Amino acid sequence: MFDNFPLWPDRASTAAGNVDALYIFLLIVSGLMTLLIFTSVIYFAARYRQQQGVPAEQIEGSIPLELTWSVIPLGVFLAIFFWGAVVYFKGRTPPRDSTEVYVVAKQWMWKLEHAEGQREINELHVPVGRDVKLIMTSQDVIHSFFVPAFRMKQDVLPGRYTVAWFRATKPGTYHLFCAEYCGTQHSGMIGAIVVQEPAQYEAWMNGGSTGPLSVTGEKIFAELGCVTCHRSDTQGRGPNLQGVFGAAVQLDDGRTVTADENYVRESILDPGAKIVKGFKPVMPTFQGIVSEEQLNALVAYVKSLSKPGAPGPKTADAASKDSKAPTKGSQVE
Amino acid sequence: MSMATATAQPVERVNYLNKEYGVASWLLTTDHKRIALLYLLSITLFFFIGGFFALLIRLELLTPAGDLVQADTYNKLFTMHGMVMVFFFLIPSIPAVLGNFLVPMMIGAKDLAFPRINLLSWYLYIIGGVMMLHCMLTGGVDTGWTFYTPFSTAFTNTKIVEAGLAIFVVGFSSILTGLNFVVTIHRMRAPGMTWSRLPLFIWAHYATSIIQILGTPVIAITVVLVAVERTLHLGIFDPKLGGDPLLFQHLFWFYSHPAVYIMILPSMGIVSEIIACFARKRIFGYSFVALSSIAIAVFGFLVWAHHMFVAGISVYAALVFSLLSYGVAVPSAVKVFNWTATLYKGSIRYDAPMLYAFGFLGLFTMGGLTGLFLAALGIDVHVTDTYFVVAHFHYIMVGGALMGYLGGMHFWWPKISGKLYPEGWARLAALIVFIGFNLTFFPQFILGYVGMPRRYYQYPQEFQVLNVLSTAGATVLGVGYLLPMIYFLWSMRYGKPAPDNPWNAAGLEWKTASPPTTFNFEEEPVVTWEAYNYDEIDGAHKQEVPVVG
Repeated sequence: MFDNFPLWPDRASTAAGNVDALYIFLLIVSGLMTLLIFTSVIYFAARYRQQQGVPAEQIEGSIPLELTWSVIPLGVFLAIFFWGAVVYFKGRTPPRDSTEVYVVAKQWMWKLEHAEGQREINELHVPVGRDVKLIMTSQDVIHSFFVPAFRMKQDVLPGRYTVAWFRATKPGTYHLFCAEYCGTQHSGMIGAIVVQEPAQYEAWMNGGSTGPLSVTGEKIFAELGCVTCHRSDTQGRGPNLQGVFGAAVQLDDGRTVTADENYVRESILDPGAKIVKGFKPVMPTFQGIVSEEQLNALVAYVKSLSKPGAPGPKTADAASKDSKAPTKGSQVE
Repeated sequence: MSMATATAQPVERVNYLNKEYGVASWLLTTDHKRIALLYLLSITLFFFIGGFFALLIRLELLTPAGDLVQADTYNKLFTMHGMVMVFFFLIPSIPAVLGNFLVPMMIGAKDLAFPRINLLSWYLYIIGGVMMLHCMLTGGVDTGWTFYTPFSTAFTNTKIVEAGLAIFVVGFSSILTGLNFVVTIHRMRAPGMTWSRLPLFIWAHYATSIIQILGTPVIAITVVLVAVERTLHLGIFDPKLGGDPLLFQHLFWFYSHPAVYIMILPSMGIVSEIIACFARKRIFGYSFVALSSIAIAVFGFLVWAHHMFVAGISVYAALVFSLLSYGVAVPSAVKVFNWTATLYKGSIRYDAPMLYAFGFLGLFTMGGLTGLFLAALGIDVHVTDTYFVVAHFHYIMVGGALMGYLGGMHFWWPKISGKLYPEGWARLAALIVFIGFNLTFFPQFILGYVGMPRRYYQYPQEFQVLNVLSTAGATVLGVGYLLPMIYFLWSMRYGKPAPDNPWNAAGLEWKTASPPTTFNFEEEPVVTWEAYNYDEIDGAHKQEVPVVG
């Protein structure tokens, strides 16, 4: 699949074409600029080389020229900025109903867990033509999830989730690199993204699953005793979690936040940080008690409570706007 | 080399070099010119140490497998290459050597405003340098020169605190130099040397000094916070302790982005001097070139988070920083256009300094244009943390800053040493550097877009051809850097004595003897002309100049 001397990376995602188009535009713009500067310098240097009896002609400057070569580049720069911003915005906004994959990075490996339950290490199977959302965190230092063929990169931080997404367009095996320096084996922290036709992918999916991640999460939820307070009615000491994910949550300090992955994560690890209106800060922290993988399962479970057809009634304070798309970008408070 | 003949010189004229002999006369000097030479020696030493690390890096990358050194060794090599080159070579290079030597002379002063503080800054540099050398010799650091947390504070067991303290100390040497320049430029200009008559070299150093004074304390604070978290486990950056790793990146880049302008602005100042002299012309749009330096210094403080587009900052923050980054590109473009326009209808000579200035124009243009790629959010996602970035910043910091430095060293070498360097060799070296540089770093742009991440000790097979090209270029480049050192040293003993003004250049520094006396001028100069009055110098029939701006 790899030539020995590639001048262009594989183009295997919907984003790749967008990035390449802007890249080619920039190559043309900067090529023209380079040509303009180089030919002017070379031409002037040759044409006006020192000759006896021909003195230099002193020119103070020219405001019209200064304005011209400030304003025209500025216009071009603004165009590039807007184009770049559009490409970036698309790449940062996962479509709703993406297939979700939880990524845990650690020195020096990638652990990937599909919402359906499959676990992989340093390899990720995905089908062609489906939006895949990555919900990523790190167990130790900062890493970065980089797939050149998808023109996709996102740093993976300890202590929070960052999000990225892609839609693969071409079956094949592509590099997964860690792009943020992370220690001794940084350059060994590489894996493969295996893009398969849907049928092949289904076949792969059906082999060796431990059941959906949300089911695992439900078990952990019960084992840790979360159910005793977070009951599926309004009588619990903690909020009812039905329909919370993706909804706007009223806090007791008057703020309203959207319940996304980072909110759920924080509520488990640092429950006192954001108290839902009408509740008391009585929940203990689970920092050090749940692993990153268990956290992911819990998040997947809480998320599943907001899926259409999830059982139980919705609580009054949290379910009003559950149709809103939950995540925009990678940074969520 | 066609040099204008100067007045016959007495054989043993007293100058700053032969006025006193002995180690103490150097180590206790307060003469800005002698301190400049102390700096020259020290930064040259560090340049070759950093260059040696670069050589080992390029050799390791000849093959895809990690086979020359251990992974940990490689990680230390690129870390120390970066730290040495940035903090101990590039940042002090032009200001502390050429700036130190020339700023007082160019404005008609006897010395800097605070000669003892100037000497102190060199001692701080040496203390920081010795700490860094000690750190490197007893184990080194493996975090990359960027020190990203929590890797640097909680995971690596290399000598972070010691390296951080070395940077802390050397930072003060940089601050003191900047402070000295600002005060000197404000208070010590000769009568008649108004702001609008200042050489652009001075404007550039003024802008640089502002960044040194305002930016450097932030990196000092940052390394102290890293040391505090590492030793006392106070949660500042490590999320396990309740800290925020992105806070570190904001603080780090708040200094380290403007630091790039500390490296490139003085180089731009040199290029203005050289182009004016060898085109025998005033600089086209003097005030625009001068003010663009200030604009770059100011805007440079507002773009730091463009290093963090995939780090986990919000989409909206990214939009703002992308837009501001294009803002800083405009004054840089204005400079390039003005230099090019200066050549128009000039009377151009191709002496070695001019060749370096041409090289600067070419490499800086390419470095600047590839900055447009990186500031474009959509493209940055793909190319950040790859070799594209490595190539881009080397085009600016080595292609730009170092080309300017070498150009300046050639231009003022007759003044500094009182000797002429061999012109033929110098032109050859300029050519070798230009070719070697492009061969080294151009393939890295392609490598980056194809997807090779930076700081990789081993890499997939398909990246090899481009890496081999790059390593081949690095050897050529190495020769190009060794040559000037050899013939400069040679010229100190065997070079022809330099006349006071070998280039017939404008500028007060050329009105001193070569080499100058300790207090530079026999009597305080009175300036009645503007910078770059080449028409008067060349005595050509003066024409009416359209007065603009």
